[in-house]
Amino acid sequence: MICDRAGAVVHGYFDNELDAVGAAEFERHLEQCSDCVYALEDMEALRSSMGLAQLYERAPAPLRKKILASLGPELTVAAVPSRTVWRWLAVAAAFLLIAYASWRVTSLGRSGSYETALAAEIVDAHLRSLQPGHLTDVISTDQHTVKPWFDGKLDFSPPVQDFGDQGFSLQGGRIDVVHGRSVAALVYVRRKHFVNVFIWPADEQDRAPSAGSQQGYRWLEWRKGGMEFCAVSDAPKPALEQLQVLLASN
Amino acid sequence: MLDSQEQARFEKLVLPHLDAAYNLARWLLRGGADAEDVAQEAMLRAHRFFHGFRGGDVRAWLLQIVRNTCFTWMQKNRHGKDTDEFDEEVHGPPGPTPETLAIAADSRGRLSRALESLPSRSREIIVLRELEGCSYKEIAIITSIPIGTVMSTLSRARRQLQLALTGPANKESIHDL
Repeated sequence: MICDRAGAVVHGYFDNELDAVGAAEFERHLEQCSDCVYALEDMEALRSSMGLAQLYERAPAPLRKKILASLGPELTVAAVPSRTVWRWLAVAAAFLLIAYASWRVTSLGRSGSYETALAAEIVDAHLRSLQPGHLTDVISTDQHTVKPWFDGKLDFSPPVQDFGDQGFSLQGGRIDVVHGRSVAALVYVRRKHFVNVFIWPADEQDRAPSAGSQQGYRWLEWRKGGMEFCAVSDAPKPALEQLQVLLASN
Repeated sequence: MLDSQEQARFEKLVLPHLDAAYNLARWLLRGGADAEDVAQEAMLRAHRFFHGFRGGDVRAWLLQIVRNTCFTWMQKNRHGKDTDEFDEEVHGPPGPTPETLAIAADSRGRLSRALESLPSRSREIIVLRELEGCSYKEIAIITSIPIGTVMSTLSRARRQLQLALTGPANKESIHDL
């Protein structure tokens, strides 16, 4: 590099870190400096290669569990009056879960509120999907590629749409298993946050979204047009709600 | 130990950044197994020091702890390799074009090896900026370097990465594939 600005200022410009005056001044400089133009192109090439290579490595699910366990038993629940009460609640919850699970096997998504057991499974499925190589079976940002991919693999046809223009770009899809049933999983990415949308058929009436969170992950669940949807991510709540509106309006 | 209200706050604020913690540790330590131990240790430290967190950028606060835990760990378990200074002579002549960069970087393995070949200070700044999307201000907080120095440090790190991708050392490995 001959131009001394290509050494450092060009990086500030590339990273949107210059103030307005500095950026305008640099843009004037760019018009007559090919060194800086090439430097910008190199950085752009490097950034897009790094993006395509998906170098970001997420924490493995067992590590998350290990950390949760080591931080103390209170962590996964909000304020609980006392240990004894908690133990009794756990016993009661276990009974409820068994009863619920055996009933749930025959039909998914019948109850009014979204159940803890299913939420746990959805969060687990989300975590599993984030392990290297598990996110997508079909990698495509094209809804016309992803939708037909599900044909013959499921006994229903999930709605598939890309919302790249609205900030949720489709990454692909895969088949997942939730509560012993094969479900469709669509993968969206929003600002480096992955969102899994699980979809399976449901006979019941449409239902407004209900939300919850577990282990630092949020989920939003709703029913529309004979399909049950559950979106789960570590993205902020408003982002999930925005995706819900997009999915439900189609 | 935190009270239950503080626990819930820790879970809500800090735990969602576990991926960021692991990712930084994984690239700083150049491996997954050590990164798991260090990420766990950093999380425990964050938990212990959570009383001291007075709001603000929780990700930067956590990554600062992760980084310090990583460097302490590296000092204790010095493998020798990490003290190597990046040698621009070894990595070949400067002046890669976007085309050669794109070709050289078309596989995850090559990019990953190139990134791992950088000295740790350069590696961390690339990971924070390009993978974690941190602003210069956040990078300054996490790495404890003055914000004015972030730009020049990043400039050097990117140059090293470009050289590592296009230099002769990497070309050999391209032929190996």
